[in-house]
Amino acid sequence: MRNMIDTLVYYFQFPFVWYALIVGVLIALCASLLGVTLVLKRYSFIGDGLSHVAFGAMAVASVLNLADNTILTLPVTVIVAVLLLKAGQNTNIKGDAVIAVVSVGALALGYMMMNVFSTSANVSGDVCSTLFGSASILTLTGTEVIICVILSVFVIGVYILFYNRIFAVTFDENFARATGTGVNRYNLLVAVIIAVIIVLGMNLAGSLLISALIIFPALSAMSILHNFRGVVVCSAIISVVCAVVGMIASILFETPTGSTIVICDMVVYAVCYLLRFRQ
Amino acid sequence: MSVLCVDNISIGYEGTAVASNISFSVEAGEYLCIVGENGAGKSTLLKTLLHIQKPLEGNITYEKEGIGYLPQQSVIQRDFPASVWEIVLSGNLARLGRRPFFSSAEKKNTKINMERMGIWDIRKKSYRNLSGGQQQRVLLARALCASSDILFLDEPVSGLDPRVTVEFYELLKKINNEGMTVIMVSHDINAAIEYADHIFHIGRDYVFYGTTEEYLDSEAAGYMGLRKGRSEESICGI
Repeated sequence: MRNMIDTLVYYFQFPFVWYALIVGVLIALCASLLGVTLVLKRYSFIGDGLSHVAFGAMAVASVLNLADNTILTLPVTVIVAVLLLKAGQNTNIKGDAVIAVVSVGALALGYMMMNVFSTSANVSGDVCSTLFGSASILTLTGTEVIICVILSVFVIGVYILFYNRIFAVTFDENFARATGTGVNRYNLLVAVIIAVIIVLGMNLAGSLLISALIIFPALSAMSILHNFRGVVVCSAIISVVCAVVGMIASILFETPTGSTIVICDMVVYAVCYLLRFRQ
Repeated sequence: MSVLCVDNISIGYEGTAVASNISFSVEAGEYLCIVGENGAGKSTLLKTLLHIQKPLEGNITYEKEGIGYLPQQSVIQRDFPASVWEIVLSGNLARLGRRPFFSSAEKKNTKINMERMGIWDIRKKSYRNLSGGQQQRVLLARALCASSDILFLDEPVSGLDPRVTVEFYELLKKINNEGMTVIMVSHDINAAIEYADHIFHIGRDYVFYGTTEEYLDSEAAGYMGLRKGRSEESICGI
């Protein structure tokens, strides 16, 4: 125990550990807020599809040697988010298949780019780190932290300001549309925010694991609480606590950050799921 | 004074008309039932009236802004974690304008309509744990928050048991008597004849609009297996 505290005190002397903690908490918070809407609207698949697209964009960006990968990954992911949303609304089978095609295609393209054009000696290491996050959260620069803080504040602000509208559109699109709310606008807003969160979250958990941060806290909160506001708040708390616990645990036990956080989320979900039956 | 004027519209999807040459106007306080065979375009007509989809031709004009709507339940709603209060409050959305949050006026409106529907006591309960009849009352209260003039309903009693169905129709009639214009899509022809004062019949090659009495005398009633004088006994059978 003593050792653990010493280790933590030692690590928290370094600014990069604080950066990681700040960014991790913000990403977890944003992801969980939108997660509730995503899960309830049956849009979880969009989150998953998008993360693969973000991986592809990230691969292209690193091949191009951009100063900041976000310059490419963010716009590409936002555009694809909008397209996927349109495809997902198509009730015919094609819409569903398009999402699978886009997401798998981006994954294949990304891996191909990284292999063929890679400048690094350790290709599989790079790929692994982009897919699973591994340690990239601990190598953030000051600028990246600032970008992340600004985008997170934007996401949280938009969510709070549009909370009532997001609720109405999530619960009943047809009613909202009939009573004069621009439903397509809000669906678009949700898609754009999800894209932003996924791009931000890739640093924390990697592109394969980021959808877990979006989906698990929402599912946990939904199984124990029965009103929307409660679910949103609870989901945010669960997500932030899991992110902090996961990051500290990953420092102490030297485990990969992303998977440790996701495992925390899974444990909480299992507990909530069992609690539901006790009620 | 007509609250809704439908002028020679054609309805359908992607340029293919399901029904055309539809014209009628609805007076304030009217109780109109839209009936017709499956696939004849009842739901399409309703969606067009509600601006969820555009008419292929023609115009729809409302006298006032703001309409109340009670849609059919979607899969999403069945296990949705929201309290009764949150759902009814969301009916006030159109009143928000550019404001982000609800004011005390909207909260008061919510409370009044919940009391009218007798659901104030269950305001903290979760929607997903309510019975079918209670859920319909919640959605009705939400629709009342959206408009005090005109109310659209899409097959509101499907899935309700007979006793709750009658209760729901009585409640709706009460709201109608208080001055609300009611426009309902229904396949429950007997209830339509008992409660509505006007009928719009939409068939594949036949369209009828008129009062309930005129309807019973018309050729359209034959399509629904109705003959004059028979309706009384079949109503009792609900």
